[in-house]
Amino acid sequence: MTVSDAVVEKRRGLSPRQRAQRSRGIQYAVLVVIVVVAAFTANWSQIANVFFKPEFVKSAFTSGLPGAFLKTIEYTAGAFVIGLVGGTLLALMRLSPVAPYRWIATAYIEFFRGLPAIVVFVAFSLLPLAFADLVIPLDPYGTVWLALGIVAAAYMAEVIRAGIQAVPKGQIEAARSLGMPVGVATRKIVLPQAFRIVLPPLANDLILLVKDSSLVFIIGTSAAAYELTGFGRDLANTESNLTPLVTAGFCYLVITLPLGLLVRWLEAKAARAH
Amino acid sequence: MALVEIQNLHKSFGSNHVLRGIDFTVEQGEVVCVIGPSGSGKSTLLRCVNLLEVPQEGQVFVRGEDITDRDCHLDSARQQIGMVFQQFNLFPHLSVLDNCTVAQTTVLKRSKAEAEQIARDTLDRVGLSDKVTAYPMQLSGGQQQRVAIARALSMDPALMLFDEPTSALDPELVGDVLTVMRKLALDGMTMLVVTHEMAFAREVADRVVFMDGGVIVEQGPPAEVIGNPKEDRTRTFLRRVLDPTHVEPTP
Repeated sequence: MTVSDAVVEKRRGLSPRQRAQRSRGIQYAVLVVIVVVAAFTANWSQIANVFFKPEFVKSAFTSGLPGAFLKTIEYTAGAFVIGLVGGTLLALMRLSPVAPYRWIATAYIEFFRGLPAIVVFVAFSLLPLAFADLVIPLDPYGTVWLALGIVAAAYMAEVIRAGIQAVPKGQIEAARSLGMPVGVATRKIVLPQAFRIVLPPLANDLILLVKDSSLVFIIGTSAAAYELTGFGRDLANTESNLTPLVTAGFCYLVITLPLGLLVRWLEAKAARAH
Repeated sequence: MALVEIQNLHKSFGSNHVLRGIDFTVEQGEVVCVIGPSGSGKSTLLRCVNLLEVPQEGQVFVRGEDITDRDCHLDSARQQIGMVFQQFNLFPHLSVLDNCTVAQTTVLKRSKAEAEQIARDTLDRVGLSDKVTAYPMQLSGGQQQRVAIARALSMDPALMLFDEPTSALDPELVGDVLTVMRKLALDGMTMLVVTHEMAFAREVADRVVFMDGGVIVEQGPPAEVIGNPKEDRTRTFLRRVLDPTHVEPTP
């Protein structure tokens, strides 16, 4: 067989375009089959009754959902501030010329990053038992902010450290050659640029924090301090219906979806700046 | 007393011995151009003058003060030394005006109004008084480098260091920066310039220093070092720089 025969032979099969069409056709067919089977086998009225019952959606709103929504935002915001301040401090410690500071920061970050957040929350819930006269101020906010912030700081420290190291060396040289001491150069020149670089990943951490705030119920807050998950769970229990929890779940999306858009916008903006 | 006096300076990066014993002075009001092939140590020498590089051996005196002494107040010594970098190193998050005021307000403790007045004056000197509100990203390379010069001048330095200030610029933008530097020299500023611009060195420098292999090979007035070099190495270098098409005769 000559070379031109082989080419002709190959042409007799499907062309790449035909093959792609056939593959796409199969994928659509599978999807249609699954949708049809699901539509006929599932008990839709029961599903709607358990997960999406309109009167329970309504009762969720009248029995305290907006308050829980606000609590979720308050818990997240406070924890984010603690995480940001703590994370910046830890990042600077990790880059410190003083070795023990580096060790402490590394140990802290590795410990709290490796630990499931729920373990930290359980520990916080037991603190009052271990230290009888321990009072964390701003109850319940103080405890929640601290528990969430301690974990968030570990994550954010690594992000911020990467941002600091991404600031070109020439920036520090320029600042120092103008006579700025290290501290001033860090505050005025390095950190503002570092935060610009890490804005998208930090916003990402904020989204994770919104969801982590749902772990607060482990601490055993009172009903008045319920955030979305605690509220939804409680109401779902009393009503024997999952609709309140689903409603609470959608409230998280109301917070996280705009944040996700913000992250994408920040990333696009950062990409344009370079 | 010389403004800058360097004695027996040695600097290595790992096993790479970049400066091998430099003795060198810059007098008040003098314009000194340092020339030499890449890797000859001229940028390192410049960066040792404000201790951006810490030498392993030798001393650097600025106005008689040994800045390599670890008890020296390095930050206050650096205030007197303006530095202009090859890559400009403007602060991208600050406007042109703020680039020129941030060190004035934080280091010299000048009031905001005073710092802004001085910044406007220096920006005017480099011909950019219409760009005060712009951000570095919005400027051409030549404009950025002139802002960098204005930023350094805003600190009233006694000495200006230039580290290949035109090497990162498009050819048509080089002239603007050199014009600013020429004006600065005429105003009596003490300048130490690492450069590849032979025409500038010949015209503006009081003294040209030729470095190769980490040592000063030859120095003197530009007419001598560039016009009539004594050393073979200087002649070879200048032939290459002044006539890039020149081909070394193969022995």
